[in-house]
Amino acid sequence: MPQDIESALNALASKLGESGTKIVDLKRLSGGASQETWAFQLIDTNQQASKRILRRAPHGLSDARSGNAMTLESEAKLIRAAKVAGVPAPSVLHICVPEDGLGEGFVMDFIEGETIAPKILRSEALSAARTNLAAECGRALAGIHNIDKSTLPTLETSSASDQLDRYEELYRGYDIPRPTFDLAFQMLRDEIPEPLPQVLAHGDFRLGNLMVDEAGLAGVLDWELAHLGDPREDIGWICVNSWRFGRTENRVGGFGELEALLEAYAEAGGQRFNPADIDWWEMLGSLKWGIMCMTMYDIYRTGADPSVERAAIGRRVSETEIDLIALMETRIANA
Amino acid sequence: MHKHPSLKELVEAVKAFIDETAVTELSGHAAFHAKVASNVLSTVVRELELGTDAEAEERARLVQLLKSDAGTELDQLNRDLCSRIRAGDITASTSGVVDHLKSTAIAQLNIDQPRYSGAKRLR
Repeated sequence: MPQDIESALNALASKLGESGTKIVDLKRLSGGASQETWAFQLIDTNQQASKRILRRAPHGLSDARSGNAMTLESEAKLIRAAKVAGVPAPSVLHICVPEDGLGEGFVMDFIEGETIAPKILRSEALSAARTNLAAECGRALAGIHNIDKSTLPTLETSSASDQLDRYEELYRGYDIPRPTFDLAFQMLRDEIPEPLPQVLAHGDFRLGNLMVDEAGLAGVLDWELAHLGDPREDIGWICVNSWRFGRTENRVGGFGELEALLEAYAEAGGQRFNPADIDWWEMLGSLKWGIMCMTMYDIYRTGADPSVERAAIGRRVSETEIDLIALMETRIANA
Repeated sequence: MHKHPSLKELVEAVKAFIDETAVTELSGHAAFHAKVASNVLSTVVRELELGTDAEAEERARLVQLLKSDAGTELDQLNRDLCSRIRAGDITASTSGVVDHLKSTAIAQLNIDQPRYSGAKRLR
């Protein structure tokens, strides 16, 4: 199969570069259930190399994709819109058409940098980048949230209460009692924040999906969970303790202060929020991640993916229980 | 039933094989999965050591909290607690409920992911 992709990319190479361009070094980078990512190099007639990324549906087939992810064509259009809005993101160079023989997918340029969270949090070389990262995240989020919705492909809409309904239905469906989750749903439902006008939400804005280099935030990746929703959802998600990778004292992703993110967010044209406005969303985020872990374990339980990784993630649900209880204690103390 | 080797010794032997032999022979995705497998066996060993006491304590707390029959199974007690939370009979301000959930979550995390940072944020 890599040979098929290589020959299809070679046929496409003259569209991606000048005539006579060839592709080499095709490598599979990762294989999620919903996407394949391939890296390759374009070599022009002067032997100049440039690195590119192909994202495509597994085996090129869109019907194999998970039910709640968007099409790759929509994802490509979103990345283009974000780039136009000044958000650090890769350049989308080509959206695949059937004649390309690659299935559903797109080609983008390769951004150099680090995506592995513990390295971003601990690398000496990135210590200067970490200083401003919370503010850069605030500016990037303001840029994403201010994109004119009329320029975007059709996206799913998901409000605070839509999210509670969806995740509660998933949780009930597994028929595994976790009383901490029931109590978290009860507390969140009692205090659903007043809805704000819906914006483009990235949907998975956290370490792991952020490319960081020595200068700072180099790219926002993995747009497949983007939707129209509340601007506070993305801000709460990067505060979830699961994404602090042990640096619990730094509320934003284990590297920064929420005040710094919110200040930069407001300066860049986003709404002005206080840290307390984000508390409800952080709690929702921990609950969602706990149920996502149950979902990944369920893929093992039902036999759809017998890998040890899927089984093991079921034993991470208790991490989110501890986080929810810490947030509940704070909420009770402040009530 | 023979206990030599014990269940714990058997699991530790498999874990040592994965860590010292299998991982060094593997690369890429298989090496990653071998490390996950090794971590899973650490969880198994911790549950063998801590699981029985943790379950008995959780059960005793639930019996008291829900004023249930002392012989009720743990799964049923948890289902009862969930239903009463869902019905609104039990809320976060019900005496003892958050403390019970906290003790249960700490005990579970000591088995599942003892190095997770979350406990630092508890009051």
